[in-house]
Amino acid sequence: MMERLLDVKSLTMDFGGLRAVDQVNLDVCQGEIVALIGPNGAGKTTFFNCITGIYAPSDGEISVIPPGKKPIRINGFKPHKITQAGMARTFQNIRLFPNMTVLENVMLGRHCRTTSKILGAILRGSHTRREEEETVDFSYHLLEKMGLEKYANEFAKNLPYGAQRRLEIARAMATEPFLLLLDEPAAGMNPQETKELDDLITKIKNEEGISILLIEHDMKLVMNISDRIFVMEYGREIAKGTPLEIRENPKVIEAYLGEEVHA
Amino acid sequence: MHIFEEIKKSTITAVWFVFLTFPIMVIRVNTIHKTIEWRWDNMIMVAVGSFALSFVWRYFMEHRQAPKPEAMGRGVPWIQNARQAIKHPVFFYSAIALLTVFAVIFPFIFSRYQVNIMTTALIYVMLGLGLNIVVGLAGLLDLGYVAFYAVGAYSYALLHLHYGLNFWICLPLGAGLAALFGIILGFPVLRLRGDYLAIVTLGFGEIIRLVLENWNEFSKGPSGIAEIPRPPIPGVELSLSESSVFLYFLVIILTLFTVFVVNRLRNSRIGRAWIALREDEIACQAMGVNKTATKLTAFALGATWAGMAGVIFAAKTTFINPASFTFLESAIILSIVVLGGMGSIVGVIASALILILLPEYLRAFSEYRMLLFGAVLVIMMVFRPQGLVSTVRQTYQFKGLKKDKEVG
Ligand SMILES: Nc1ncnc2c1ncn2[C@@H]1O[C@H](COP(=O)(O)OP(=O)(O)O)[C@@H](O)[C@H]1O
Ligand SMILES: [Mg+2]
Repeated sequence: MMERLLDVKSLTMDFGGLRAVDQVNLDVCQGEIVALIGPNGAGKTTFFNCITGIYAPSDGEISVIPPGKKPIRINGFKPHKITQAGMARTFQNIRLFPNMTVLENVMLGRHCRTTSKILGAILRGSHTRREEEETVDFSYHLLEKMGLEKYANEFAKNLPYGAQRRLEIARAMATEPFLLLLDEPAAGMNPQETKELDDLITKIKNEEGISILLIEHDMKLVMNISDRIFVMEYGREIAKGTPLEIRENPKVIEAYLGEEVHA
Repeated sequence: MHIFEEIKKSTITAVWFVFLTFPIMVIRVNTIHKTIEWRWDNMIMVAVGSFALSFVWRYFMEHRQAPKPEAMGRGVPWIQNARQAIKHPVFFYSAIALLTVFAVIFPFIFSRYQVNIMTTALIYVMLGLGLNIVVGLAGLLDLGYVAFYAVGAYSYALLHLHYGLNFWICLPLGAGLAALFGIILGFPVLRLRGDYLAIVTLGFGEIIRLVLENWNEFSKGPSGIAEIPRPPIPGVELSLSESSVFLYFLVIILTLFTVFVVNRLRNSRIGRAWIALREDEIACQAMGVNKTATKLTAFALGATWAGMAGVIFAAKTTFINPASFTFLESAIILSIVVLGGMGSIVGVIASALILILLPEYLRAFSEYRMLLFGAVLVIMMVFRPQGLVSTVRQTYQFKGLKKDKEVG
């Protein structure tokens, strides 16, 4: 059995009368790419928002287990604490910092791994200067890995769409997570870009050793890269298993009207 | 065809203006002779004036829409050339040298009146740079900034009155107390953004003023506190005009200090967190930034400068009362930040000087000066909504990269 990184037990989220997430169980192990799929409005994004501290879940248990460390129960944690614990995310509708440069966007991701304070910033002593240099270098190298270095000093808002998506991933990676949560990273991409994304995600897993949990609608991408798949519908988890199992699962076929799954 | 459309629209505007201004511009009731005077010539002036203005306005609006915002400045060759020229070290250093010389000889070639208004303008530069942290960098619309200015001024006045503390001790104390008030205001408004935040901070500013106005035992109420000493130099007797020259230099030094600190803060880990918070609060938190701490530092550091400026203001005027700390003051400081370009240090300095000095030098136009002032503001907002100086991209040197290349 592989080491678990994320363990979510019967997570529930109510918005007034609407139960957007209903007793969902999900786990991600070290070295895995896990996909969370389901029709629009199934509650996938809400699930992400709950486990990253943007919403406080109504019920359930969320634990992250940093490799080789003790489990941390993160219910009710603020988002930055969860990022600090080692889980970083991207957003379904891109949320970059539009008026910061591409490099600065990534540098912001280093915030939780650096320490200089107000006085340090004003006096700019050797510690701050070194840290600042390291931040720039780290961020620039990350941009190189993501093929974004040519945009380093452009404003994020001026980037082409596909590059913005990749920049969001780069920014999340700058926080040095052990688990990366991607919310529909291929949304709005053309087949060529989707193919590149496929390679990129595999590369992140293999070369950086970061495990991945992703929400995705592109079935070809999901079936290609996932080790395991969880399926949600109307807030409930209706199936889980390997891509092969999911493909054959009658409930899933019904939920998707049997079309896309075979794509 | 097009021109007829324009004439029609301008005519409608003119008629509308005539209608609106009719009671004040045309009718005049003479209460002594109990007669009504009809000033038709005024009506013609309003009609012609508003027609012409509306026409010109429309013309400019049309031409303004043509270039895309990003193309502006980047595409225009002379602006680009000017930018490069400014960046050139020879130009840059000679400009700095000239400015320094001018600043140093200023009090010796101009009258005391000039020195005083320059000092005031520089105090506003400090205020503008301080508020720039809160509004321009962290994106928190604070309409009660004057409260911290008041805290600084009253700290000095009261600490001197009751404990005889002198200016030099009160300067950091006033700044510190204002920072404390910044945090006190920061806590309840942490969850608020945009208009809600604006309203609450506006209320906070008014509360501070009302407390100062009504709590007579504490602050001496509307009659204020007088005989606040000017900044002393130990062992030296200063005459009145020497004292204002001294204050002028002190404010110059403090302004430079402010510029230095704000610039360093902006290009730091904390500065980036402020800007990111302004750009997207949720993404910023999700990337590991502690929202609470970041907002509170912005409020506290912004307030610090207001506190310091307040102490200097009290020392300069030697008399303070709550009337100096009204909402109008907050509005002026905010205009400085907005006009200067959110987050831009050079822009804020320039706009503080323009906004404070302009009304002074427009005194020649007496009653029209505020009108002119308003017109300048409106024109600015229409033609350069991003402010005098738009955000400049911060670029970085990739040291590691260079090393890699040398090795490889
Ligand atoms: N902040 C919110 N307040 C109320 N309802 C919400 C909120 N966020 C999401 N929902 C609702 O929860 C359901 C699930 O939405 P979402 O998680 O975005 O679905 P998915 O990402 O699977 O497409 C939808 O019905 C949506 O309207
Ligand atoms: Mg979604």
